[in-house]
Amino acid sequence: MNFEIPNFLPAVPEMFVLGMACLILVIDAFLPDSRRDITYGLVQATLVAAAGLTLWMMGPETVLTFSDTFVKDPMADILKVAVYVTSFLVFLYARPYLMERGIHKGEFYILGLFAVLGMMIMISGHNLLTLYLGLELLSLSSYALVAFWRDSTRATEAAMKYFVLGALASGLLLYGMSMIYGMTGSLDIAVIAAELTAADESLNIPLVFGLVFLVVAIAFKLGAVPFHMWVPDVYDGAPTAVTLFIATAPKIAAFAFLMRLLVEGMGPMHADWQGMLIILAVLSLAVGNVIAIAQTSIKRMLAYSTIAHVGFVFMGILAGTDSGYASAMFYVIVYAITAAGGFGMIVFLSRKGYEADQIDDFKGLAQRNPWFAFIMLLLLFSMAGVPPTVGFYAKLAVIQAAVGADLVWLGVVAVIFSVIGAFYYLRVVKMMFFDAPKDENAEPVQPSGALATALSINGLAVLALGIFPGLLLSITHYAIIG
Amino acid sequence: MTFELILFYAFGAILLGAALAMISVRNPVHAALFLVVCFVAAAAIWLLAEAEFLGIVLVLVYVGAVMVLFLFVVMMLDINLAKLREGFTEYLPVGVVVAAAMATVLVLVITRYITMEVPERAGPEYANTEALGAILYTEYVYPFEIAAVILLVAIIAAISLTMRKRPDNKSIDPGQQMAVSREGRVRMVSMPSEKKRAPRRSAQGSGSGASDDDASK
Amino acid sequence: MFDWMMNFFYSLPTVMQILIGIQLIVIPLMLAVAYTTFAERKVIGYAHVRIGPNRVGPRGWLQPIADALKLLTKEVIVPTNANRFLFLSAPVLTIAPALAAWAVIPFFDGGALANVNAGLLYLLALTSLGVYGIIIAGWASNSKYALLGSLRSAAQLVSYEIAMGFALVGVLMAAGTLNVGGIIEAQSGSMYHWFLLPLLPLFFVYFISGVAETNRAPFDVAEGESEIVAGFHVEYSGMAFAVFFLAEYANMILISALTAILFLGGWLSPFQGILPQAAFDLPVIGSLLDHGIHWFLFKTAIFLFAFLWFRATFPRYRYDQIMRLGWKVLIPVTIVWLFVEGVLVAFNVGPWFA
Repeated sequence: MNFEIPNFLPAVPEMFVLGMACLILVIDAFLPDSRRDITYGLVQATLVAAAGLTLWMMGPETVLTFSDTFVKDPMADILKVAVYVTSFLVFLYARPYLMERGIHKGEFYILGLFAVLGMMIMISGHNLLTLYLGLELLSLSSYALVAFWRDSTRATEAAMKYFVLGALASGLLLYGMSMIYGMTGSLDIAVIAAELTAADESLNIPLVFGLVFLVVAIAFKLGAVPFHMWVPDVYDGAPTAVTLFIATAPKIAAFAFLMRLLVEGMGPMHADWQGMLIILAVLSLAVGNVIAIAQTSIKRMLAYSTIAHVGFVFMGILAGTDSGYASAMFYVIVYAITAAGGFGMIVFLSRKGYEADQIDDFKGLAQRNPWFAFIMLLLLFSMAGVPPTVGFYAKLAVIQAAVGADLVWLGVVAVIFSVIGAFYYLRVVKMMFFDAPKDENAEPVQPSGALATALSINGLAVLALGIFPGLLLSITHYAIIG
Repeated sequence: MTFELILFYAFGAILLGAALAMISVRNPVHAALFLVVCFVAAAAIWLLAEAEFLGIVLVLVYVGAVMVLFLFVVMMLDINLAKLREGFTEYLPVGVVVAAAMATVLVLVITRYITMEVPERAGPEYANTEALGAILYTEYVYPFEIAAVILLVAIIAAISLTMRKRPDNKSIDPGQQMAVSREGRVRMVSMPSEKKRAPRRSAQGSGSGASDDDASK
Repeated sequence: MFDWMMNFFYSLPTVMQILIGIQLIVIPLMLAVAYTTFAERKVIGYAHVRIGPNRVGPRGWLQPIADALKLLTKEVIVPTNANRFLFLSAPVLTIAPALAAWAVIPFFDGGALANVNAGLLYLLALTSLGVYGIIIAGWASNSKYALLGSLRSAAQLVSYEIAMGFALVGVLMAAGTLNVGGIIEAQSGSMYHWFLLPLLPLFFVYFISGVAETNRAPFDVAEGESEIVAGFHVEYSGMAFAVFFLAEYANMILISALTAILFLGGWLSPFQGILPQAAFDLPVIGSLLDHGIHWFLFKTAIFLFAFLWFRATFPRYRYDQIMRLGWKVLIPVTIVWLFVEGVLVAFNVGPWFA
């Protein structure tokens, strides 16, 4: 048996995060309940250090290791950094929420860290096995996080739905993967792509069959219409701190998953999956934007808005061009940062026994605290795609990519649904600035602590990235095109 | 037909029959037992394929541990089958269509697209366990480690979702029990010995009187 | 004469050889089981300062035969509403794995019925199957006591299986093979090469788990007389009961034999490497001192005696204490020792891992 010790260097961030997660797990077991801040601090320090490691090792070349099951390329590095940043924000926002409700447990951060590890594995997956296992690691941590607040029956119900549908999606994914493995004889992404290029036409039927399963499973996991049923229920039922988590960073990982699986692996079958993605994208845009209008809960509204955003990400990818992929990457990073801010605002306004998850709760926010009303305005504008926030450039880039791929009608559809979508974002803005606050929460909001600072920075970042979009655009361009 | 082929078809038939029985019997305990039969038959087929590690581990893990716990639960539950069967006919057409589609593709793939020659029989010195171990810890070490992490997360999740400290829980702490010392439990009282008294007819007081009576008998 | 018999044996068709082999194992085993029950009563008797059975036959030696005849002639009563098929198949399911496990046990050098590569795994898998008989017996009896007993026993077996498995992992790490014969050969050299010394904690864990796996005192809550009468086999009578009884004792002997093989070198002689070669060349004593089946039987008997000794000595564990011992003491001990052993193997420590 001739076997070379693999090159561990490219996977150092993964190994570091895993080692720290295990270490923190042990430390946390010996901490009294009053000292959970140590766990929190260690997890945040781990994320910062992992970001440092990833940035330090960043390079333009593509490195494969562990018998080609692991890949490190610019896209992986940048997406990983994006995951660290959003997770850092999420943990920061989540802490006061958990402390107020007496569920400030170490498991939240530890499971979160394992979820981050799962995302990193997905981002660096270069083999159907590693991609699937990374996805499972992320999903398993997410299910546990959703069920984490045991005294909340709504959270438990949401976790059940999430788990059952997630398991179904995993089953579909595995089925699709096994079909593709059966036809190409390999689990390796690069080998699959090469086999598909070389394959003759007659092999297409089972391959397309496998592809359908893959796309359906990904649509399930991302919550694209018509596989979106779980998204509003889970987002609404989970504690807001957890919604914050599952709505942000995992989308970045899911984008990477899509890129590795469909673009890098099934790239030669672009014509086949483009059609499927078009259907998913159009339906997601339509259903997400239209149903969001009818919502009274802001968490459900943001859930439907997520569905619509997924439609945009699909649009960028289905274009099948490098600029399309770059625009989708830009979009997903922007979405993660904006959504973190949006859900963070709900956490910020909530108190023990009061979740602030109804749209009505935002009424008159400008009177209660004009600064945070302004921050929320920026975040909502970014989601709606109003210039000069960064959301505008994200939508613009994606629509440009679609038009560039001769899908002008798709661009038009996207614009129409964006305009419809703008309505419900602007309705919240109108409530914040022109309505009187509800009687029971008329007192001014007292900003305090790191949450307020971070939220302000988050909101301003959305504006700053919008005024200077070149930076992030060039980074994503570099990640995809080099 | 070789002896191995006969064995293969025999175990295959048992497997399919038990699988059919498993989904069609009324009693959930019987269903679970049929599933056990399925696993054992599948393990036998693994053995025929010279994958003794997989076969034995299937028995060890699924039959020996998972299904035992499963039976455990099923035996204690009072499952209402009538309720479970509600809507069966309603969903039947969808199920049949999906199953037919799956079956078609599977048959298509196996018969038309995949051509495999019969693999070479390995000699008696071939050890499936060793071969599997060698490949798991070299070529597939990264996925293997990730799988280990997933199991760790499953443990963390299961514990964090089920373990709660209940104030009304009266469970004992064996460490505390073991740490008991004589000094903490017994108080030695030094008392002057009592004088022997003459036997009396009637006991006065309940406790000491009785013992006095005993002593006097 | 032996050569002639061996030649005749090897000239037979394979199927015949296997069938004869099975008879050669099962018949002595059944006799051993019968006389283990006798030994148990005698040993416990002496431990209690009694004499024990001494009426049937000379010094009571025919007692087990009498017991067997009694049970054979009694009626097997199937309780009303019991599931007849499962009720009757439960004893079979209990004894079948207990007997089948003997297939890979080497009684002397090369003396195993089946020389299986993954012998240790096979043993582990088969010992884990015995629990089905108990569960099915408890459920099919349609009796509360039986069900409670079977649930207790199933939980106990599954829990101790883990510690037992880990202990076996230690053995296979030390031996570097899953083949039972190979494990014995890995211990050859001298008495100090046996795995008893380097794997001492695992040896204790294994034997304690073994006692728990066989539902013997002090872990016999599954049939705890004072609590649930007789546990899972409370509804059984006659031969069906006897089969459970046989299985329990066959399992005891199996665990003793396995402990002897895995930690004490099975048929290896304790004098190997200690006495000079000349001692082994002596006519009769030499062959007694040398490796052979007698050492295997002797070592097995030591552990079998320990089983009986425990029963006469220890009070019964409470159920939660059993679970605590299994999960919180034995499993951590094995994990720690596996780690230590890993270090020892990595640095080739001692005569064992060189």
